[in-house]
Amino acid sequence: MDSVFRNRTAAVVMLTPALLVYTFVMLVPILWSVTYTFQSGNAITGFEFVGFDNWIKFFGDETAIDALLFTLRYAVVMTVLQVATGYGLALLYIFFLRNKSPLVRTTIFFPVILPTVAVALMFSRMFEAAPTVGPVNTILQWLGGDLTDFLGTPSQAFWVVILMDVWRSMGFYAVLLYAGLVEIPNEVIESARIDGASGWKLVRRIVFPLSLPVLLSALIFSINGTLKVFDSIVALTNGGPGSATTPLTLYMFRTSFAYGQYGYGSTVAFMLTLLCLIATIFVFRSMRRDVTTS
Amino acid sequence: MTTTATPAATDAAPAKASRKPLRVRLRRVPGWIGLGLVLLTVVYPMFWILMGSFKTQPEFLSEPFWSLPQQWSFDNYVSAFVDGGLGTYIRNSIVAVFPALAMVIVFGTMAAFALQVLVWKGRGIVLVLFLAGIMVPAQMILLPLFTVYFNLHLTNSIWPLIITYTAIGMPLTVFMLATFMRAIPREVFEAATLDGASIWRIFLNVTVPLVRNAIFTVALVQFFFLWNDLLIALTFITKQDLRTIQVGLLNFTGQYGAVDYGPLFAGISVTVFGTLAIYIFLNQKVMAGLTSGAVKG
Repeated sequence: MDSVFRNRTAAVVMLTPALLVYTFVMLVPILWSVTYTFQSGNAITGFEFVGFDNWIKFFGDETAIDALLFTLRYAVVMTVLQVATGYGLALLYIFFLRNKSPLVRTTIFFPVILPTVAVALMFSRMFEAAPTVGPVNTILQWLGGDLTDFLGTPSQAFWVVILMDVWRSMGFYAVLLYAGLVEIPNEVIESARIDGASGWKLVRRIVFPLSLPVLLSALIFSINGTLKVFDSIVALTNGGPGSATTPLTLYMFRTSFAYGQYGYGSTVAFMLTLLCLIATIFVFRSMRRDVTTS
Repeated sequence: MTTTATPAATDAAPAKASRKPLRVRLRRVPGWIGLGLVLLTVVYPMFWILMGSFKTQPEFLSEPFWSLPQQWSFDNYVSAFVDGGLGTYIRNSIVAVFPALAMVIVFGTMAAFALQVLVWKGRGIVLVLFLAGIMVPAQMILLPLFTVYFNLHLTNSIWPLIITYTAIGMPLTVFMLATFMRAIPREVFEAATLDGASIWRIFLNVTVPLVRNAIFTVALVQFFFLWNDLLIALTFITKQDLRTIQVGLLNFTGQYGAVDYGPLFAGISVTVFGTLAIYIFLNQKVMAGLTSGAVKG
């Protein structure tokens, strides 16, 4: 009976197409990219071996360090905000809306599937100051504020990007965390209620600890996604004003395709990969420790 | 067991709610206000874009943002398709995404089966290899691929997108489907072999029907992921008439010099509500699949 599942021909036939595509279009290019970090040049002019020059250049390059810091700042703020809003919404779905939640859940999920470019164009119109005054500025003026060129001011542009990405992603994290919260057995909640826990206390003492595993996956998911932010920034601010909102991904794209420096571009991409790896391990470790001690 | 418990619970809830005293219902007011605000921020921007798509340029410049259009003409849409080339962009997106999606799903399902149901040495390592692809940023593969596509003279065709999309969708598809297949009790497969089914029959007639809903879900996720891609399309498409919808829309503003609001809003409207329609249609399919699966299974 076991021999049916040990069918070698079947394994080879079924695995080959996926593995071939994956190997030649992803694995080989990844390793190839690493060899680029030791070279300079590009596809059109040809390559030259330069040793560790690109690596040394990265740590002395102010724009690169700024991009690295922006990526970190964006990832931390976004992760906290999107997981927190998602968790808040998931709690609302479960304890406030209960069985009335499907329609609300679907509506709040809508922005998740919308094309980032369209959403970004929409947000840039909403935050516009001239030539037309967008909704946000109009409302701020009603409240007595000044006309603000949000996307033209570095510190404001950052928060517009954050606001847009929270708008886009909260529905996703809400559903993800909701799926985890639904798994908590009703008996546990009910018995805690009988023991006198309610409201905030119930959430903090019972629901929160029980949802740590799904929060862990949400955090890892979020960190990994936010470190790779590209679409929303390209479409909303294109890295500006100046280079105030340029993350590593966009900096890599610019050095590679605008300036034709494949070697240095690969180095930036490699640093980003390292960052993703370190962040994943870090979140995983710290959460695991939390789960075991409490 | 849990499914039998749920209907009873949902039946009881509304009865209880209607008997609740006013004081308890008043306590729920802040919750409703908060939720209303969230829903408003989600729905209003889309409504605003839709209304804007009917406005004329003077209306944009002189009327306040909440004003409704003074006429319901589709001029902006015509302009977006004729002058903006929106139709070409949509066609390019379809030509790039659907072949890739089909390959991702077919190859991915087969690979997940080979890795999860079949037994052979080294399958664990291959699964981890696929997992690594989820974490590594796409920026790592752009430059070598660009070099290859450039040397093969593919950069002036849609092929780079189809090939890259197929590869980039593979890791998550294999991983998710393998997880769903792990949830099928081993006895199901063993019973099929006792009935004399070959491994091919077990794949086609036992496994695929059992994970059908999972395949739908994964396909839905991958569709939106590929359809909304900007990075890959921006990298490999250099010719204007090969632009996908995302790249095309990104260049919509530049094309008109000074922003021509009407056609821009019409372009955003088409992509936003088009995508939304696809989602609602497919989501119903998925829901229908889920319920019919539950009744049969």
